[in-house]
Formats: sequence, C-alpha cells, structure tokens
Amino acid sequence: MGVGIEVTNLNAWYGSNHTLQDINLNIPANHATALIGPSGCGKSTFVRCLNRMHETNPIARVTGSVRIGDLDIYTDAKPVEIRRRVGMVFQRPNPFPTMSIYDNVASGLTLNGFNNRRALDEIVEKSLKNSALWDEVKDDLKKKSGASLSGGQQQRLCIARALAVDPEVLLMDEPASALDPVSTSKIEDLIFQLKTQYTIVIVTHNMQQAARVAEKTGFFLNGRMVEFDSTHKIFTNPSDKRTEDYITGRFG
Amino acid sequence: MRAGKHNLRAQVRALTDHAATVLAVFATLVVVTPLVAIFIYLIYKGASSLNLAFFTQIPKPPGEVGGGMANAIVGSGVLLGIASLIGVPIGIGGGIFLAEFGRGTKLANAVRFTADVLNGVPSIVMGLAIYSLVVYQQKHFSAFSGGLALGIMMIPTITRTTEEMLLMVPHAVREAALGLGVPNWRSVLSITLKTASPGIITGCMLAFARVAGETAPLMFTAFGNSNWSMNPNEAIAALPLQIYVYAISPYDEWHRMAWAGALVLIVLIVLAVSLVRYVTSRGVLKGAS
Repeated sequence: MGVGIEVTNLNAWYGSNHTLQDINLNIPANHATALIGPSGCGKSTFVRCLNRMHETNPIARVTGSVRIGDLDIYTDAKPVEIRRRVGMVFQRPNPFPTMSIYDNVASGLTLNGFNNRRALDEIVEKSLKNSALWDEVKDDLKKKSGASLSGGQQQRLCIARALAVDPEVLLMDEPASALDPVSTSKIEDLIFQLKTQYTIVIVTHNMQQAARVAEKTGFFLNGRMVEFDSTHKIFTNPSDKRTEDYITGRFG
Repeated sequence: MRAGKHNLRAQVRALTDHAATVLAVFATLVVVTPLVAIFIYLIYKGASSLNLAFFTQIPKPPGEVGGGMANAIVGSGVLLGIASLIGVPIGIGGGIFLAEFGRGTKLANAVRFTADVLNGVPSIVMGLAIYSLVVYQQKHFSAFSGGLALGIMMIPTITRTTEEMLLMVPHAVREAALGLGVPNWRSVLSITLKTASPGIITGCMLAFARVAGETAPLMFTAFGNSNWSMNPNEAIAALPLQIYVYAISPYDEWHRMAWAGALVLIVLIVLAVSLVRYVTSRGVLKGAS
C-alpha cells in the first residue's frame, strides 16, 4: 500500500544554483499527484529529492526534511534503502540493454541478492501484468533484450521493473514525454490503475495529462512551489495569478 | 536561368559525392593492402614448411632436417596465459577506477598519466626492467618473468579502453540501477561493466594481439628454450623468439622454419581473438545493442 509524503522546508542546490527554495507540501497516499511548471522550474529536482537521487550528483546539496510514511528519508535510512521503497520511472525509457525482458524486471531484486527462482517468476509475471505489458512479451521473456522493445513498451518495462521491488511510492519524471500518443495513453491508463496501490508523483509538461490522471496538482515556478491544490481547482480556479497565467498559456 | 543554376549545383554535388566515395574506397584499400600482402607473402614463404612435425616436434640441431616448433607454440601459450592473468584484471580494475570511482581526483589523473607513459615505454626497456627486477634477483630466466613483462605491457591499453568504454555507457543506465536501490559498487560491476563489456573485450584482445608478437621483452626474461618446458619457473620457448633466432641464423632450412613460424603466429593470434569473440558473443540476446 502507498504512504503519504510530508515535505518540510526543502531546499536544494546544484553547486551555487539554488534550484529549490522552501518547499512545503503534503502528498496524499494512494493518489496521483502531478507537478507542473515551465522547464527549469525545479519540479524534476523535487522528485529526485524524494528518493535521494538528487545527491548522486557530486555538486548537489539538500536541506530540510522529507517524511515518507513514518520514515524521515534524510536521517532514518540509507539512500539505497529509500530507493527500494520509492521507485522511479525516468523521462527516457532506460532498460538495461544487456538484459532480457525477464532479467530487467527482476533486476531490482537480483542485484540486491534475491535469488529465489520460483518467487522471481511470480513477481516478474505480476509486475508485467501490473504494467500492462505481460500479453505483449510473455513469449519472449528470456529470449529478447529489453532494448529490443518499442519505446512505449520499454517505458512500461521500466515501470514493471520499478514495481517488482514492491515500492510504496512511485515517482515518474515526465514518463510519457518521449512517447507517441498511443503509448502515452497506455501509460496514463496504467497510472489510473496503479494509484489504487501506490502513491504516485508525476512530473509532466502536459497539462491535459495532469488534469486526466491526478487528483492533486502542484505548480512550480523558479524553484518555488506557487500553488498546491486539487487538480480541479488548479485548472479551473487557481488562487495565484502566476498559476492562472501558466495554465492559460500566457507564458512557459 | 534559375533552373540551369540549380542543375549545375546538383551536378557539382553529385560529383563531390562520387569523389568522396572513391576517396573512401581508396583509403580502405591503402589500409587493407599491406595486411593482405603480408599474409599472402607469409603463406608463400612459410606454408611449404608446415607439416605435422612442425606442430609436434621440438627444434632439431642445425644441419638435421625436420623438427618443429611445438615447444615454442606451447611456450607462447603459457607466456600469454600468464600475461593475461596479470594484465587483464589489473588493466580492467584500473579502468574501472578511472571511470567510476576516481573520476576527477588527483590520483586518477596520476594513474591515467602513468598508463599513457607506460604505453610509450619501448618493449626492450620493459624486458630490461623485468630482467633487473626479477631475473637478476632470482638468478635464472623464467616463463613467469616473461609473462610478467608482457602482462605489464597489456595494462595501459586495457585500462584506457576500459575507461573509455565505461564512460560511453549512458548516464540513464546508471541512474536506472541507482533508482532501484542498487548500491553503487554493485551497479558498476553488474550493470555498467556488463554494458561496456563488448568494447572492453575488444581492448583486451588488442592488447593480447600486440604482446603476442613481442620479442624484445622476452629476450632477457623468458629467454627461449630448445627443449620442452611448461614450468613457469624455467626458461621457456616462445614463437617470436624462435622466429628471431631462426631468421638471423645462417641456415636456409631455419629461414624457412622462421617463415612458417611467423605464419603460425599470425594464424594463432587470429584464431585466439576470433574464439574469444565467438565465446563472448554467445548468449547475447536479440536486439541487445
């Protein structure tokens, strides 16, 4: 089951560049939350702070606190443990090119030393079914490379790979921006199903997408969170002038 | 008027296109011709001296007909085996350090510089260095010292190719592993290294093929041996050494044997490289890049 995320006074830097400033918000459990805003506004940096991927860049720095469920991820656990509980799907599909479809899905477990074959078979099948890819690949699981699939299939493979480690939260950084409209709508359908079991945070440039999949939406601008509210409110009656300008296409 | 101008431009383009193609084909021929010429000449000079005895017998004293280079073929195998055992792990380890763990550190810059200098050390100097460090201390020539000299010569090539191949692995692939909660060391060994392995194997094969034909580093280390020996602690025969000794001898029979030895050396290197490529390419999945 998903858990809620509580972000308090989060600040992040790349070198001397203050990319996130005093972010405070509560992301509800088992819902999809969309983050929108123009390029470079800090929304990708924000999700990368939620699984401590931000600090994999040597010049990056973070202050503030992020609680996921009852865990403060910056003080209570190591980054690798956090990342197993908080799965991530990236902008460009990034399956491991040397691995089969099966091994890609199982990789999060096998690379951490889990080797029970029978359990793996079940997890791989379940994850691929959850990511709506099973029917398309079930005959080639161990024969084909993950890189041989189409872009949309690769992205669903990456979702399956993230689901296989049984996370509580799923972060998606513009998961459909490199995909065609058909693949995009498949990913969106998937988000609809997955949000019953996981807390989903999705960064998107596509405002229609945010409106379609998310209950809550946050608007980021210049490293600050301008407004966070129900998606309906953000898109129909935003409180902040800047949100309204962005939504109506006056900039960004 | 306008149409005529366009027509002329199109013709110039087509001509440039043809010229570039012709130049490229010509350049390819220039590169391939010496290789093919050497190979044909070796077959012409050496193939007639090849027989079963060449591969099964040890050299006969001058004046006696027959004999072979079996001990040198095996000896080269032993030397290259020792060299690979030393050069491949150290070389790959160095490359991993440069690309993954030491990036941007002073130590990494020092290691990279040392590797480049080592690559430029003349092979005879390598032989002399190992002579004074190992052979002179032990008071006897040995296959081990020869393998060590060759192994050290393999390191810089392997280190630098490993580094470059690892750096070519897309950042997205590393992020995927880290995002799954895989520790960095595990991600480097199981994901990055594996993704880069075709290029790294090519680097190892280049280094192997280069030292397989080296003579100078073996003169004061492996020394050569006209009898059977597979003992790493004794002087051992090697194909390049044997070719050298036979080629500068005054006997026509030995000259023919030297040509045959050179042919065998080239064919064996090609076979070894192809075998490694074949073995490592099996199990590659459909569509894997």
